[in-house]
Amino acid sequence: MHEMSLAEGVLQLVEETARREAATRVKTVVLEIGRMSSVEPEALRFCFDSVTLGSIAQGAELEVVMVAGSGWCMVCAQTVALNARFEACPNCGSYQVQAVSGTEMRVKEIEIE
Amino acid sequence: MCTVCGCGAGETRIEGDGHAHPHVHEDGTVHSHAHAHGGDHQHPHDALPVAAHEHRHHHADGSVHAHSHGHQGEHAHPHEPPAAADLDYGNSPARAHVPGLSPSRMVQIEQDILAKNNAYAIANRAHFDELGIFALNLVSSPGSGKTTLLVKTIEQLKATRAISVVEGDQQTSNDAERIRATGVAALQINTGKGCHLDAHMVGQAIERLRPADESLFLIENVGNLVCPAAFDLGERHKVAILSVTEGEDKPLKYPDMFAAADVMLLNKCDLLPHLDFDVDLAEANARQVNPHLTIFRVSARSGEGLSAWVAWIQAGLEAQRDKRAATVAGLKARIAELERKLAAQ
Ligand SMILES: Nc1nc2c(ncn2[C@@H]2O[C@H](COP(=O)(O)OP(=O)(O)OP(=O)(O)O)[C@@H](O)[C@H]2O)c(=O)[nH]1
Ligand SMILES: [Mg+2]
Ligand SMILES: [Zn+2]
Repeated sequence: MHEMSLAEGVLQLVEETARREAATRVKTVVLEIGRMSSVEPEALRFCFDSVTLGSIAQGAELEVVMVAGSGWCMVCAQTVALNARFEACPNCGSYQVQAVSGTEMRVKEIEIE
Repeated sequence: MCTVCGCGAGETRIEGDGHAHPHVHEDGTVHSHAHAHGGDHQHPHDALPVAAHEHRHHHADGSVHAHSHGHQGEHAHPHEPPAAADLDYGNSPARAHVPGLSPSRMVQIEQDILAKNNAYAIANRAHFDELGIFALNLVSSPGSGKTTLLVKTIEQLKATRAISVVEGDQQTSNDAERIRATGVAALQINTGKGCHLDAHMVGQAIERLRPADESLFLIENVGNLVCPAAFDLGERHKVAILSVTEGEDKPLKYPDMFAAADVMLLNKCDLLPHLDFDVDLAEANARQVNPHLTIFRVSARSGEGLSAWVAWIQAGLEAQRDKRAATVAGLKARIAELERKLAAQ
């Protein structure tokens, strides 16, 4: 899914922070991507390498931390593990499950010098 | 995981197969060399930031050498698996470092990748609300009938309300021309390689089109059932269009879009007699991913079902106008109250 514009979003946040911190180089970018976010990490990595060319983050290592999916089942009244966003509750089969984690797409931190 | 730089083992890196590290020696010299990874260099990092440690390096020619050198923070690296939560590399005090080589440090960002888009979307929505404009974002796979539906909808509403339209496509201005043929203002945005409209583009379209107060603002997104789901444009509602030639399982295959929408138009219903499309199943699938979905069965070609859809838009226009009137009335009341207080002083 639209990894190119996500990569551009990542670069914008990285550039803003690097500028604010007066960094000369970005060495590592750490992302948190939910397993249910429909982001393809390998595609994102590829796009990241190409959008960062010529930027302060050129050559930076992209570290993707995958976050497991979980949801709140209203029927069971508890948190259950989910593999996909609109999956039924693994305990009771109900679809009344609200995703709690696993949908995030965040820039967590960067390593700069 | 590589203990030097934290890059994950098992992550395929093709180019160069291995990587380079700069090293600073006690005598002040810096060198950099590339080496492959295979667990062949371990170094104790516990005593950072100031600790001597040893490196063993395998060079490309196969030779191995070891050397020790002192660290004064000139290369900090994560020493825990990256998945460990709440590691903070950023807040340690500034360390002494070898002149000419700045220490690297971690800086927390903790922001959504779409933060920028969301900020533009909030501004667009505020603008729409301030002027009482009702904005819809039409999303579907290519060819579901978005433009045809817009043309039919505009024909029924243009006598009573000002309308403006944003057309998003990768190439051509065909759709904007089809809309302009109805006599309303339309602006084409070509996204080139981009597969969706974003809120910044829509903000620019607002500036160009200058939609009238209490008007209808229609956005036809790029034909794509995946990406536009993630991009808030500042609209009041997303409207997903599913045509009956696409299969009942689309809402299950592309759940994000149907979950993000408030309304689904099931289009091309004139074709149902020729197909074995199960309308009830399609609707049940859509409600599985979004129990709150409002669904209209329509045919942009025959006009069947369009009156209910048009009535829904009219209700939305009125609600938006009422909301604005309430806001304006609220502001006037507050001004009156302040004036009363001032007069009483
Ligand atoms: N039979 C039938 N055909 C329709 C209907 N609505 C649209 N079409 C046809 O479907 C084709 C695509 O319609 P468009 O309105 O261009 O679809 P679109 O979603 O705007 O397409 P893109 O902008 O390219 O994504 C055209 O040939 C339309 O005439 C309908 O209700 N019934
Ligand atoms: Mg179109
Ligand atoms: Zn349950």
